Amino acid sequence: MANQLKSNWFLACITACVFVSCSEGGHRISADADNVGLALPEGFGALKVADSVGAARHIAVNSKGDVFVKLQRAVDGKGIIVLTDTDGDGRADEQTGFGDYGGTGIFIKDNFLYASSNSEVFRYALDENQRVTNPEAPDTIITGLIDRRQHNSKSIALDGAGNIYVNIGAYSNVCQEKDRTPGSPGMQPCPILDSAGGIWRFKTDGIRQTYGDGQRYATGLRNVVGLDWNQEAGALFVMQHGRDNLHDFYPELYAEGVGIDLPSEAMYRLSEGADAGWPYIYYDHHQKKKIVNPEYGGDGKQEGGADALDPVVAFPGHIAPNALLFYTGDMFPARYKNGAFVAFHGSWNRAPDQQGFMVAFVPFENGQPSGDWEVFADGFAGIDTIAAPGDARHRPCGLAQGPDGSLYVSDDVGGTIYRIVYAGAK
Amino acid sequence: MQERNSRKYSQIGVAILFLLLVACGGHQTEGQTQPETANGQEAALQGKSASALSERTAGMRAGQVVYDQYCATCHQTNGDGVPNLNPPLAKTDYVTGDKERLIRIVLNGSNEGLEVNGMVYSNAMPAHSFLSDEDVANVLSYIRNSFGNHADTVSVDEVRQVRATLE
Repeated sequence: MANQLKSNWFLACITACVFVSCSEGGHRISADADNVGLALPEGFGALKVADSVGAARHIAVNSKGDVFVKLQRAVDGKGIIVLTDTDGDGRADEQTGFGDYGGTGIFIKDNFLYASSNSEVFRYALDENQRVTNPEAPDTIITGLIDRRQHNSKSIALDGAGNIYVNIGAYSNVCQEKDRTPGSPGMQPCPILDSAGGIWRFKTDGIRQTYGDGQRYATGLRNVVGLDWNQEAGALFVMQHGRDNLHDFYPELYAEGVGIDLPSEAMYRLSEGADAGWPYIYYDHHQKKKIVNPEYGGDGKQEGGADALDPVVAFPGHIAPNALLFYTGDMFPARYKNGAFVAFHGSWNRAPDQQGFMVAFVPFENGQPSGDWEVFADGFAGIDTIAAPGDARHRPCGLAQGPDGSLYVSDDVGGTIYRIVYAGAK
Repeated sequence: MQERNSRKYSQIGVAILFLLLVACGGHQTEGQTQPETANGQEAALQGKSASALSERTAGMRAGQVVYDQYCATCHQTNGDGVPNLNPPLAKTDYVTGDKERLIRIVLNGSNEGLEVNGMVYSNAMPAHSFLSDEDVANVLSYIRNSFGNHADTVSVDEVRQVRATLE
């Protein structure tokens, strides 16, 4: 019987016609015939919720299944797009919007929607249908955050205890006296760290909080776009975007090949006061060591950052982790529960073969990684060899979990919203 | 004396006129071909660009070496740049337009968040004043004639003049 079921599912996969039952209202929704072009583990399927919604950065799904998409730039005065599926087929058939500002961060928690511009965070109340009650009059809960273009997205996460964590990226590559200039030394100490290059903590119910009203929760983080609170660990986890230009500024220290893979894109588990070491050091997943940056006198081997965090997971260099989500749903098989999904935007400085336009998975147990990372969803770029990131047709950028346990992925090139579902035997 | 002088001047005038005619004639031969068929036009264009290319191949080849070393990481080998981060060099007036502005950006760098074709790009461009005038001229001639761009080349003198205003 089990075998028969298995072979039935095998057939279903072969025909790429995966039917799944939707937990809401007993509708049956099916994956698209081609899984929207994605390669997924056996038993998973994907459907296209919507496309061409704009440069879709982070996303949030309310308990009714409506998808809120934060756009990088407002289009026709709408920086947040709301996608609604009125007929229960899993695909959006109604699209509205509000919020006249671009940005990246969006999060739903306890009857509030939070969204960020590149310098502020806004809070919208949700009604009993989980719709925004005051689309044109949100509370400005945080304001005045630094925006100097480089690394200016303000990603957000909540801990459920009244705190909101905001990334304030460093407006610099590695805190040189002259940014991104070969030979320019790193500043010691790095003056950027007083107002950027870290995670700041504020109150979710504060009004117009700025630097003086919050705390620098963790520092030494160049730029974090993906972050999430891990309920099991009771801790904030973040994905850092590692520094650029090691191999092209220092070819004598970083040969092509290995050099192009450094530094690691690192996942850190944070606690109050933590320091991940930027700009003084970076993590090298080949040597499994924290290495002093050459702008601070390093030679590619010298270790540093004795007091700096070690990553909990280290990915290949430059692949740009733009979203982190700990999966708490029940739809996927047990090994995915509490594990980390990471959406990688894909590299731009690994020429001639750009990498990482995919969603990865890391299994977790008891709040710690319990196995190696793996590619979970691939094929977003739509081409095999990606010479330049502009060639990619879609780039993963945001992640959200639906009420039924579906995993949603946003794409800020084609504006596609993917919904990944599981239909295999558990 | 006056007569001799005027004859001399008129001889010089004729010589200049002759030279001008030859020079213009040369240009005209190149631009004059106005074939009626599209194919003919294409062939003429190819002929033109081939001769233009052969004139500056050495400089452009040298420019490509500079490009690959100092520019390609951010602006990409295809000149398309990186969305939101590093601006494209293809199809933009910043590259094919005002040469002085272009030379200035290379020598000084740029951290103003220039709007290029309706998009703003966030990364800072470092100053490349450490490149020689010849390297700058070559790489700019290369990018002004690559990625679908067609614009006149940049000379070492032009770079030298702009550099003099900065230093």
